[in-house]
Amino acid sequence: MTEKIITKKEVEYVAKLAKLKFNEREKDEFTSQLNSILDYFKKLNELDTEKVEPTAYVISMPNLLNEDVVKPSLSQNEVLSNSKYLKNGYFKVPKIM
Amino acid sequence: MTLNQLTAHEVVNLIKKKKITAHEVMQDIFNQIDKVDNSIKAFLIIDREEALKQAKEIDVKVKNGEELPSLAGVAVAIKDIIATQGTETTCGSKILKGFIPPYNATVINKLKEAGAIIIGKTNMDEFAMGSSTENSAFGPTHNPWDLERVPGGSSGGSSAAVAADETFVALGTDTGGSIRQPASLCGMVGLKPTYGRVSRYGLVAYASSLDQIGPITKDVTDCALVMNVISGHDNMDSTSVNLEVPDYLKSCQAGIKDLKIGVPKEYFIEGIDPEVKSALDRALKIFEKLGARVEEVSLPHTKYSLPTYYLIATAEASSNLARYDGVQYGYRAEEYKDLSSMYQKTRSEGFGSEVKRRIMLGTYALSSGYYDAYYLKAQKVRTLIKEDFDKAFSKYDILITPTSPTTAFKLKEKIADSLTMYLTDIYTLPINLAGVPAISLNCGYNKNNLPIGLQIIGKHFSEETILRAAFNFEQNNDVEKRKPSIKPTKHKEAAE
Repeated sequence: MTEKIITKKEVEYVAKLAKLKFNEREKDEFTSQLNSILDYFKKLNELDTEKVEPTAYVISMPNLLNEDVVKPSLSQNEVLSNSKYLKNGYFKVPKIM
Repeated sequence: MTLNQLTAHEVVNLIKKKKITAHEVMQDIFNQIDKVDNSIKAFLIIDREEALKQAKEIDVKVKNGEELPSLAGVAVAIKDIIATQGTETTCGSKILKGFIPPYNATVINKLKEAGAIIIGKTNMDEFAMGSSTENSAFGPTHNPWDLERVPGGSSGGSSAAVAADETFVALGTDTGGSIRQPASLCGMVGLKPTYGRVSRYGLVAYASSLDQIGPITKDVTDCALVMNVISGHDNMDSTSVNLEVPDYLKSCQAGIKDLKIGVPKEYFIEGIDPEVKSALDRALKIFEKLGARVEEVSLPHTKYSLPTYYLIATAEASSNLARYDGVQYGYRAEEYKDLSSMYQKTRSEGFGSEVKRRIMLGTYALSSGYYDAYYLKAQKVRTLIKEDFDKAFSKYDILITPTSPTTAFKLKEKIADSLTMYLTDIYTLPINLAGVPAISLNCGYNKNNLPIGLQIIGKHFSEETILRAAFNFEQNNDVEKRKPSIKPTKHKEAAE
């Protein structure tokens, strides 16, 4: 089978970066699945891309700047309407510091 | 024959001529939904009252002799990843269950101005990640041609709804084939516009440099009709392009004698179903008969599309999906001890397994030490893939390929193995990487009466040409168009 590209320890680290939590069984599953996917992706190394420019967006466009004018926007009530964790017009979260 | 079986352009014309009323049309639509949607499960939400009210308003306009807009009385279903003001928008995910957008996507406003009636929201793979609609947190959608099979994905609810005559038109979104592949597997017409042709404002982002909204319809005329409405520049989307929108209905009217067609040889190798191949060969003969020149062409970097796509799409997704943290909207875990555990528990309980897999892959590809080897490498190969298309289009007006290597596969057949599932999009992914437009339309059926799709790819902003080619083929295809016969079935599986 494939050599290990990503270890279980790295999977744990990446999960931490992604703010995801997994149990041991899931960690093992992800390690094996990500390894087989990354192994397949090694195909890209066949290509010499040293002199190739990367493409981020396919349609080249100048930077667009809107005029700095006030336009109608959503009210505070509308913006808050999708959370039930509210206090005094703010979103409520657990203590941070 | 009931009115829901007609096409959008037929319905608009009959309403204008006062042969039928918009209210009658809507009643037939909802009768069909009542009859078959328990078997198909295309819809997540249906908005009957509001739709019937809007239909009556159109009928009053007809009575008063007012001029009707181009989609007056046309039922449209919307993939549940497009924001609809006041109507729940879940993206097929538990994490957005109960989310009610306070605003409309630009495409929704445009459809409403054109007289279209939004009848409901359709099922999809969670956050558009999938090729079978089996990744929905609310249970799978079934293919109207065979209820044991998938409708394709991720816009599977949209394409199944159109194929089952539950709506005339549906909007889907396409990041790597999510409009074209389900359109193909359900025998419908689906178009992924050029990147920047249709505003993405109000489309929940999956992979921002690849996502586009487009129509799924019963025929090419309806596709052109809807493209006339939804295309164009939008100040709310800085990637939408400020170019004039041609009249796509008019562009269908010319012949195709002038067209030079390239057929990429890399699309006809390993993994293609022989029945798909022979349907394509027959279709290409029809294009030749219509006077087009058909030649083989090479897109040498085709085999690198899949890894390139999955690195770019998952990297962008890992960043876009960081916003689901349980603070401003959507699901929040019940119990947590601090902010960090609230984030972790919310996201781990709210996302399904394919979404987590892609977030993990994307986070890894962007993480320190791996960025150059994966993400940057993929962006460079993306340049090579795009250059393949540039070269081909310096010689040919359009390219023709199969849309999918196979016809609709069975539910649960591929869900266990991610790579096998990813391979079903092998013919559609390169098009998003190059940002060019492509349309899928039916070109025949296999021996089990399952539809086979043909893909026509064009240069940037040449929707006119691919619609013209598709329309000419549709009018001259020697395989008669069929409709699925749906046997009402009770499914055992319940939503999670």
